[in-house]
Amino acid sequence: MKIAAFPIQTVQDQFPILDRTVRGRRLAYLDNAATSQKPIRVLEKVDHFYRNYNANIHRGVHTLSQEATKEYDDARETVREFLNAGEARQCIFTKGCTEGINLVAQAYARPRLKAGDEILVSTMEHHSNIVPWQIVAEQTGATVRPIPITEDGEIDLDAYQAMLSERVKVVAIVHVSNSIGTINPVKSMVAMAHAVGAIAMVDGAQAGPHLPIDVQDVDADFYTLSCHKIYAPTGVGVLYGKTDLLQSMPPYHGGGDMIRTVSFSGTTYADIPSRFEAGTPNVAGVIGLGEALKFLMGLGRSRVFEYENKLARLAEVKLTELGGIRIVGNSKEKAGIVSFVMERAHPHDIGSVLDSYGVAIRAGHHCCMPLMERFNIPATARASFAVYNDEHDVDALVQGIRATKEIFG
Amino acid sequence: MNSELRDLYQDVILSHYRQPKNWGDLPDSNANAEGFNPLCGDRISVFLRVKDGVLEDIRVNGCGCAISCASASMMTEAVKGKSVEEAEVVFEQFHRLVIEGEAQEDDDSELSALAGVHEHPVRIKCATLAWHTLRAALRNEKQVSTE
Ligand SMILES: Cc1ncc(COP(=O)(O)O)c(C=O)c1O
Repeated sequence: MKIAAFPIQTVQDQFPILDRTVRGRRLAYLDNAATSQKPIRVLEKVDHFYRNYNANIHRGVHTLSQEATKEYDDARETVREFLNAGEARQCIFTKGCTEGINLVAQAYARPRLKAGDEILVSTMEHHSNIVPWQIVAEQTGATVRPIPITEDGEIDLDAYQAMLSERVKVVAIVHVSNSIGTINPVKSMVAMAHAVGAIAMVDGAQAGPHLPIDVQDVDADFYTLSCHKIYAPTGVGVLYGKTDLLQSMPPYHGGGDMIRTVSFSGTTYADIPSRFEAGTPNVAGVIGLGEALKFLMGLGRSRVFEYENKLARLAEVKLTELGGIRIVGNSKEKAGIVSFVMERAHPHDIGSVLDSYGVAIRAGHHCCMPLMERFNIPATARASFAVYNDEHDVDALVQGIRATKEIFG
Repeated sequence: MNSELRDLYQDVILSHYRQPKNWGDLPDSNANAEGFNPLCGDRISVFLRVKDGVLEDIRVNGCGCAISCASASMMTEAVKGKSVEEAEVVFEQFHRLVIEGEAQEDDDSELSALAGVHEHPVRIKCATLAWHTLRAALRNEKQVSTE
């Protein structure tokens, strides 16, 4: 299979880490769903910040602070463009996808939920889109109900429809499954939630790196990103929310920068987004994020999606041809993530053998224990693709799996 | 197979993995525990029949990767028939072997094959899961996690 014109060499040249070897071999980094590598322009952007205009933001009248504040605010505008949000102030910087979900659970859901209310999450959710809801359920007397999925790893939309009622107040679903790559029909799922008066939160942690995203088209009430998976530094996330909802929410954390006035007779809170960004944020990370998103948008996300998908599907074909391997998750709509199990080798053993071939994959439950239980497996081996992967990485994976088969018979 | 893999997946380990010893349930057990490795989701149960301070019989059920299964299987052979005190000593020796990579001088037992795990820190919990579960059963703790 020939892969269509994608400037792979130019892209690879931008990732210095790809020059290193692992256990004497060329690195085949296929653990991108856990975190992505960083392009040189992001590393340089962060380095440049620290060397030239490192300062706190929004509080200094001096030049450095003004420069840092401008870059920070520009990054928010870049995020707005990335998500096609209406306004930049709807995009709140968090420390990760996990924090975004907890923020919505505590600041949106907790004051509103009561006993008898329901929160629907899918069976394929990451623990970070389950546990915050369980916590708020415990606090309010609401219940969390799992939406079942089919054998192919798709959300069972009929079952979802049947679960929707006036009792449902929140629907929280993952856009792209980190374990099995399923792309969920979030637009119609959000519309179905709205039809019964529920709000919908979409976990976009894995959609961010792989797909074009349009939060207005999806009509999500909340949408979260995990930025270290989108070529940006660790410690930054984004929570997008509809303006009226965000404005109706109390702060999640208290501290500096999130207030208008503070006195012991009462404090008034700042407007969004500052209300939700208490304390000194990850300024360098956010500035790096802006650069990362420009990098990805510059490549063209439809083209990225198509490229990564071809590699992932090629990997699926080649792995299946080896025999004794089962792909877990065969959704019709799928991103560049391949989860599989082998008849005789446990995912952990696969991971160790692959590591000795320079191939980095993830072996485990991928923080999706309910999903593993659904498929009656303890774990899978997962290869996840990014813009800098190529056919050599697929070949290295296949070679490592062939070696695994030799060892385990 | 390269030498590093050969150290980790020695023949004894692979043969215990393929045909684990003392596997299954123990209907007349009088002590048991369940072990859980949250890192990989593996679960293991250890059943014991202890009489007069002696580990008369042992069975292990449920397993995960080759390292955890082989280690569990070898463990059953290493402790069966031993007194509870002796079993604790074997536990300590095994722990030193995989954590510190330190073998007993005169150790020609199959367990020494697991010394290679020492070079793979992420796999140490796989190797020790059954052992922690055994110790929990001996001490009447029902559950143990490698967290
Ligand atoms: C689908 C999904 N949701 C949420 C998260 C949590 O992201 P973070 O750990 O960056 O907060 C992840 C990360 O693994 C994920 O894949």
